Amino acid sequence: MIKNISNLGDAAVYCDFGKEVSEKINLKVISYFNHLKKLVKENKIEGITNLTPSYNKLIISFDLSITNFKKIKKILETLKVANNIQQDSKKIKIPMCCDEEFALDLISLSKKIKISPNEIIDLYLGKEYFCYMTGFIAGMPFLGNIDEKIRFDRLKTPRIKVPKGSIGITEQFCNIYTFESPGGWNIIGNTPKKVFNKFNLKDPSLIKPGYKVSFYKISKEEYLNWNE
Amino acid sequence: MSDTYFEILRPGINSSIQDKGRNHLYHIGITISGAMDQRIFTLSNALVNNDLNEGVIEFAHQGPLLKLKNGSVNFAITGNVDFNILRKNSIVEKGKCFQSYLLEKDEQLDIIYTKDSVFGYLAIEGGFKIEKVWNSFSVNTKAKIGPNNGEKFSIGEKIYLKRTRVKNFEKKNIEYNNSVATTIRTIKGTNFDYFSKEAKNNFFNEEYRVTNLSDRMGMRLEGPKLENIVNTNIKSEGLVKGVVQVPADGNPIIMFSDHGSIGGYPKIAVIITADHDKAAQLIPGSKIKFKEVNLDEAESLFKAYSKETKNHLEKIK
Repeated sequence: MIKNISNLGDAAVYCDFGKEVSEKINLKVISYFNHLKKLVKENKIEGITNLTPSYNKLIISFDLSITNFKKIKKILETLKVANNIQQDSKKIKIPMCCDEEFALDLISLSKKIKISPNEIIDLYLGKEYFCYMTGFIAGMPFLGNIDEKIRFDRLKTPRIKVPKGSIGITEQFCNIYTFESPGGWNIIGNTPKKVFNKFNLKDPSLIKPGYKVSFYKISKEEYLNWNE
Repeated sequence: MSDTYFEILRPGINSSIQDKGRNHLYHIGITISGAMDQRIFTLSNALVNNDLNEGVIEFAHQGPLLKLKNGSVNFAITGNVDFNILRKNSIVEKGKCFQSYLLEKDEQLDIIYTKDSVFGYLAIEGGFKIEKVWNSFSVNTKAKIGPNNGEKFSIGEKIYLKRTRVKNFEKKNIEYNNSVATTIRTIKGTNFDYFSKEAKNNFFNEEYRVTNLSDRMGMRLEGPKLENIVNTNIKSEGLVKGVVQVPADGNPIIMFSDHGSIGGYPKIAVIITADHDKAAQLIPGSKIKFKEVNLDEAESLFKAYSKETKNHLEKIK
């Protein structure tokens, strides 16, 4: 159930599913997202222009010339949504190269958390991650949860340019920079794999909310010769 | 018959194709984009008999210098824009906004600058010969999404037109008064209570100045610092156009058309839809005040805004 429905301005509905960030809450968000997406596609709800799921929120944007907050809220209150994520879940494997030129923050992070660079990478590669959401930049997956031993804050001063393909960690989360972009996460490697393909108009994102993602190590040679 | 196109002799500062925007893709991180000033974008298309969502050229501050190659074109410029039409035999005709003109082969259109405003629009009858990407003509130059490979226009480029020449030119115009906003109306944001009593008071009573750090993604403001008493970060969540975020430094940022799809700063307020256009047109150095309205008022103000747009459309002659 949605714990709290409020308005975000005059043209969006803000659905709060609970305070904490957990797979359980996120699965509810994704279930509502999938359900509503289907209704919008089948023209069963008028005026919705965007659905934005995140860890524990779902924002529904609408065209104020067609509908309004009260109408959408009413629909949400009567909506029956089952957890429907399983049918849409896939496992994705991402290659990553952790050579120094790619792992921009590995050594400094190692000093800060007093764990060797190799051990950080081993702990990182040893887990399968859940995709909570995608966004900020096109196709960027927000994954979690990383091992407690390697959790650390964002960089104090964010980088103006994080290279495309960078794999970053902060707090309990990890992500992949699908484009060169500003960003403050601790970069521990880089992937040659195309995680977002803007020329694949039908299905540009490799990783979607609810997917499981794991990483495996490749050499610099394999990185440079990567061919999809 | 050769193709008709504009040759770009000067691209201007930030000239790109825009339409109403791109929907249904926030969830993969693709933002709405679209014209920053939706009303005068719509009017530009109406003046040249287009579908109201046809792609037009949006320019900011300094516009492009374009030379028409072959054929002829019916065009209109909307905004508060200083422009000249360079006719044959070195005749310079001073242009008027909100009016359609006929431009002939080898004549030039010199869009000099946007006065007391940021954005202007150039619509041409029949539209530009470009393909929609994800159901929209809008270009997001930061994310490199949209036609023209997601790039703004550059010098020497050719922009082809769908129609090669004008058959029956009929001059149209709208009486339009450009105005500059000093008050922007907002609804309290979902994190309004993250801010101190003094901050809440300052937000709605003190002046905020628009800084140079303003573009299609967002507008950074400066004024009395907004003190956060709960947490300067929130768990990342969706954003919408008009959200006013406040990062740790206490200065508000307004999200515009090319904003990131999600963000992690507290939302103190959201600009009402009826005021998006006028907020987008604020030039660096402008001073504004935020006013609080409730949801019902915001909805009525939007109805009034839509009615006004409709009135302009009906009065086109």
